[in-house]
Amino acid sequence: MSATSIPKNVRWWNGGRSPFNASYGKVMMWYFLMSDAFTFGAFIISYATLRFSQNSWVDANQVFNAFPGLGHADLPLAFVSLMTFILIASSVTMVLAVHAGHHMDRKGVKKYMIMTIIGGAMFLGCQAWEWTHLLMGEHFVLGVNGTIDAMNTTVSHNPWGNLQLDKTAALNALKATSPDIMKQMILSHDHHANLSALNDGQIMAKASELINAGHLSIGTPGPKSFGSYFFGITGFHGFHVFSGVVINVIMYLKAHRGDFDQRGHYEMIEKAGLYWHFVDLVWVFVFLCFYLI
Amino acid sequence: MSDHSVAASPEITYQPEHTGGTKRLWQVFWLLSAVTIVELAMGYSMTKQAGWVDKSSGLGMFFVGAIVILSLAKAYYIVGVFMHLGSELKNFRLTIVVPLLLFVWFIIAFLWDGSSWLDLRNTNGGSRPAPVEQKAPAAKEPGAKD
Repeated sequence: MSATSIPKNVRWWNGGRSPFNASYGKVMMWYFLMSDAFTFGAFIISYATLRFSQNSWVDANQVFNAFPGLGHADLPLAFVSLMTFILIASSVTMVLAVHAGHHMDRKGVKKYMIMTIIGGAMFLGCQAWEWTHLLMGEHFVLGVNGTIDAMNTTVSHNPWGNLQLDKTAALNALKATSPDIMKQMILSHDHHANLSALNDGQIMAKASELINAGHLSIGTPGPKSFGSYFFGITGFHGFHVFSGVVINVIMYLKAHRGDFDQRGHYEMIEKAGLYWHFVDLVWVFVFLCFYLI
Repeated sequence: MSDHSVAASPEITYQPEHTGGTKRLWQVFWLLSAVTIVELAMGYSMTKQAGWVDKSSGLGMFFVGAIVILSLAKAYYIVGVFMHLGSELKNFRLTIVVPLLLFVWFIIAFLWDGSSWLDLRNTNGGSRPAPVEQKAPAAKEPGAKD
């Protein structure tokens, strides 16, 4: 966007000046980000390789279909779209802060840095909610012993197999299932059910009724590696967002103290901005590989 | 506002002129948002909930490819405009972009590996024939590609 007017016949490699016409710090920030791109790239490609090697994978739209406050509404892509737009918005406020810095506009830098920090914090809040939802949410799947197990999504458990048991198979599995799991199944449908007075036979009758009426479906476990890749890669990205927010807070405080005015330039904002945009850039690919396709 | 910062370090020979307004930045913001909405629309059409497009159909494959290409376009605009790589010197730009070409090899090699693992998994390491997928030939449209 900025028009540089550099004469054609400059001898950049003759010494005495940066052949890149950029400060050491900025050049090294770029090279750090390039190496970080390879780290993320290796993680994502490892995920893709494992996904390719499986006959069936997880249907992301079944996993990520919840929205805070909307209960059991089936809304694929909704929450992750919100997260994506939060990051795009925080990216534009960051570049506006860099722009204000070029014009030595301290008030503008502070305003846009605050907006960027809020965007980052909102993204982290969304991710915390999503992780909690997955880690706490129990799903009933057919276990290895032919019984029904309650399973949540963790680094070693994946209840998101693509097959659902039909009613007959589910009722058969229910016969071998412990009453404790059946109680959980009933409570997952009706949080206020009072089961203390019921004996095991009555509990099984109630659970069978829910399956027969189609209120409860029993799934199968999916490939185990899904959870470790999902939590590993979004966690690594989330940690980048977190450290980006910390860096941005430090930059805000330094701008507030007038450090950059004293120094005569706002290049630190530019370097923090490079890091922040990189975090947005990585999200483009995390979003692509885990949610969209 | 016209007050320009001094050079960040003595290594900088030519200080870029930052006379441009914020118009270009907002343009890129709207572009990224629009591209994301298009990606989401294509992604949504392939969800089970919507059920409009089958992911393994020809149109589904086209959508997946289009979403990947649009993501690369987003990356191009984020790096080129938001990170200002487009206004750096060409020799610097190349030191960033050329090493990233390793990803071309990286992606081809590892996806190849993944499909080889799939083959080994389904043939028990090559000791039994791959399962033949049962397909009714009548279901195919005449002239349609797989």
